[in-house]
Amino acid sequence: MEAVRSKTVSVEVNGELYEREVDARRLLVHFIRDDLELTGTHVGCDTGNCGACTVLYDGQAVKSCMLLAVQADGTKIETVEGLAQDGQLHPLQQAFSDHHALQCGYCTPGMLLSAKHLLDNNHEPTETEIRRAIQGNICRCTGYVNIVEAIAAVARGEVS
Amino acid sequence: MSETTVTPEQPITVEEREVKPGFVGTNVPRKEDERLVQGQGVFTDDVRRHGMGYVHFVRSPYAHARIVGIDVSKALELEGVYGTLTGDEVAIQTDPFFELSTPPGSEIKDYALAVGKARWMGEPVAAVVAATRELARDAAELVEVEYEPLPVLVDAERAQETDAPVLHEEAGSNVVWSGEFDWGDFDAALAEADRVIRIERLHFHRFSSTPLECSGCLVEYERATGQWTIFGNHQMPGVGAIWMAPALRVGLDKLRFVSHDIGGAFGNKITLHPYFVACCLLARKLRRPVQWTEWRTDQHMANTHGNERTFLDVEVPVRSDGTMLGFKVSAIDDCGAFPRYEPLGCIIWAQVTPGCYRWRNVRVDFTQVCTNKSPVAPNRGYSRMQHLWLTERLVDIVAHELELDPVEVRKRNYVRSDEMPYETPNGCVYDSGDYALCLDKALELIDYGSIAQRREEASARGKLLGVGIGSTLDSGTNNFGQSMIVNPELQFSGNNEVATVKLDIFGEIVVTLGTVPQGQGHETTASQVVADILGCTPDDVHVRPGHDSYWNSHAGFSGTYASQFAVTGIGAVKGATERLAGEMRQLAAAVLGCSPDDVELAEGQARMRENPEAALPFMALGAIINANNAGLPPDLDVTLNCRYVYRPPFEKPDVERKYGNLTLTYASQVHACVVEIDRETGVYEIVDYGAVDDCGNRIHPQIVEGQVHGATAHALGAATHEQFPYDEDGTLLTANFYDYHVPHALDMPPLKTDYVETPSPFTNYGAKGMGEGGGAGIHALCAAIQDALRPLGGPIVTESCNPPNHVWELIRDPEATRAGVTVESR
Repeated sequence: MEAVRSKTVSVEVNGELYEREVDARRLLVHFIRDDLELTGTHVGCDTGNCGACTVLYDGQAVKSCMLLAVQADGTKIETVEGLAQDGQLHPLQQAFSDHHALQCGYCTPGMLLSAKHLLDNNHEPTETEIRRAIQGNICRCTGYVNIVEAIAAVARGEVS
Repeated sequence: MSETTVTPEQPITVEEREVKPGFVGTNVPRKEDERLVQGQGVFTDDVRRHGMGYVHFVRSPYAHARIVGIDVSKALELEGVYGTLTGDEVAIQTDPFFELSTPPGSEIKDYALAVGKARWMGEPVAAVVAATRELARDAAELVEVEYEPLPVLVDAERAQETDAPVLHEEAGSNVVWSGEFDWGDFDAALAEADRVIRIERLHFHRFSSTPLECSGCLVEYERATGQWTIFGNHQMPGVGAIWMAPALRVGLDKLRFVSHDIGGAFGNKITLHPYFVACCLLARKLRRPVQWTEWRTDQHMANTHGNERTFLDVEVPVRSDGTMLGFKVSAIDDCGAFPRYEPLGCIIWAQVTPGCYRWRNVRVDFTQVCTNKSPVAPNRGYSRMQHLWLTERLVDIVAHELELDPVEVRKRNYVRSDEMPYETPNGCVYDSGDYALCLDKALELIDYGSIAQRREEASARGKLLGVGIGSTLDSGTNNFGQSMIVNPELQFSGNNEVATVKLDIFGEIVVTLGTVPQGQGHETTASQVVADILGCTPDDVHVRPGHDSYWNSHAGFSGTYASQFAVTGIGAVKGATERLAGEMRQLAAAVLGCSPDDVELAEGQARMRENPEAALPFMALGAIINANNAGLPPDLDVTLNCRYVYRPPFEKPDVERKYGNLTLTYASQVHACVVEIDRETGVYEIVDYGAVDDCGNRIHPQIVEGQVHGATAHALGAATHEQFPYDEDGTLLTANFYDYHVPHALDMPPLKTDYVETPSPFTNYGAKGMGEGGGAGIHALCAAIQDALRPLGGPIVTESCNPPNHVWELIRDPEATRAGVTVESR
């Protein structure tokens, strides 16, 4: 039997349904970035350590470089592009700006999705819980100080 | 376009001026954030072009090997492969990159790909271009390279031995550069001393700040004009072009550098020219755009590391009261396989020769060598960090050996605030600062008064508590004339930066910067300055994101590096905006029939001071000059499109004496660190941490504090875990983020910050460049560990990176490090 080299996948991303023929070996992150042209999801390493590629996958925060695109068939994915609604920033996006929780902005999309996953499941996180929730996301600019503050501010409902 | 280049006859001084409300000094919302929090930033890998090919480099699996042959035929047979490039082609089509050194380093031949020999594991020896990333990687595996392995050199201290393998036969030696620095009278200091402390060896390790976005570029070649457009994340394209254009045998204008957003750089993106040249050759050869994005493993193995430095045979003459008279040291700097930006690191440390201290007698024997490791680049705190770690180690080792209080020793020896501006023994001028005040504030942050009690409490829990201080300088705005000290033939001196500001037809204020920001918020801070001068708000000012060398806001030293934006970038923006403001007043005066002196800019209008009803909105001014200019006075020389080149006031240094002012500003930082160490295992925790920063007047305090946080995280990562060790075969042991552990959110201690503002007398706004002072964290942690371990035999911290296993070694065998320190009493 000849090996299957490609497959059609059907994925709902940010509420929109996409159907694409993809290489069986294509990583989900490259599918999102190169095939769907949603370049807000970033690649910072090749070993699943940095979390710049974090997306929500049926509500779970996952590193999209650790999945194949074909595994996402039939799932719902949320990327940074889906956070703002009707031209209105998501409270986390606003808080990141207010608290200067980003500098170069490269880790920010993944960081936002990890933070959203936390707050979707825990409305009153402690500082340690916040830090644990983003420990799979590396930031090389901020030392995490203001990121933790921004997430805590959203949890407290303090967003401009 | 009107243009002016002004060199002040005297250093620019901050005039006593009317205090007026403005945006400079306030935390306006960052302009960059809206796009970045929505994933709308444009990073290099986000850019696509029709028909582009993906580049993958074939890299040497050997640290040192002769390349016998390269066969690309199997790769080319793969469907979807567009072409290849090898070192032989590179050697024919390009000239070696120019070397900054004098002989022997100047004899080194450095190309875009390995030519004849591979000199570190991961060095690119060939490149493949294909229709997809995956295919390019597959094809790269089909390239057959025959190697003849050679003996490997990984130990810089062995580099000068007669039987050591030589990396560059044409140079005949592994030495890149060596020189003696001798300021003051060290022999007299030695004679005067009550005690002389001698330290055999101190070692500053190899690491890098590893920006999260890897390096990359998208290169297009236009055959009609012979011009390359390089959309990439080079952080210093001015110098990049100076390297690349002669190698490619073209003029500078054939290289158009474009960047938009850059995902961190920290100096690691200064020496991308070999990769960019390879991509230029491929784009020309294959007649299609080519895109290269480095993989993380590639970055760790083969992009750039920070300089590794070993300090040998240190002597410190001291008086009994702790007054330190100077020091003598032999330094060996390991720059890896090629010098590239080096040997500038052989002089850049001299910007901070005495550190924060008043000692006047310094003798340094400095040698830089090549080894079979990845080449280095100016990693955050470049060269000064290594040297300042030395000066701080000396202070703490002296205090330790003489049983003096490190706080008191610092205060006794710090340059005092009333001595500012202070000229160092080698002619640098510390512009302002109050180090003792910074120290007091840092100690306050960690509640220093309670330390004795906390020590006892920790001891009761089986822990050893230690306190350490790191005081450091963040010298900014280079005088490139310092390059003449390492090579008098070099034709670099001074510094410059460019900005343009224009008023367009519909009243838009548009700013372009020569700087190449990587997260420092330049769009925001530039808009604050423009808004204050033009009497509008930062929201009215559009600062184009990123950089484009075709914007005409570009000069030889353009870029973001060496803690200088607040001086050079802002200086250029201020100059261009003031020129525009003058032209707007001239134009308004011509229309309103008054003198330019009668016109003020406020609330988005040019209006008569005495009659505010007589006003022209900015939109009217922009429209008149650009689209409705009939009837204007013929002698009205106004374009509303102004360019300014900021040049700091520098002289060329005295090359013979190695003497002169090497940087314009000196931000300072004092960090205080409290650790608790488990005496059984060496595992430790930073339980309290304070960082105090003084960068003069702060243009945007929130951005400044963010830089302090980030630089501290880099330092603590480097001090605790981050290192690039090589085994004896030249294999890098930490080639990805699994093995190279950078701080995660749970690793970071709670940071407390404070600030001091001692305005620089030499700059606009009294601001100093900043962002590279985090090295203080390395110094502070080393001192804290040494302090904590005093009850266990007093081991000396001689390494800059101290992971728990190393601390355990110090506990297990304190004599091993103690044996390297002696005190001679006179």
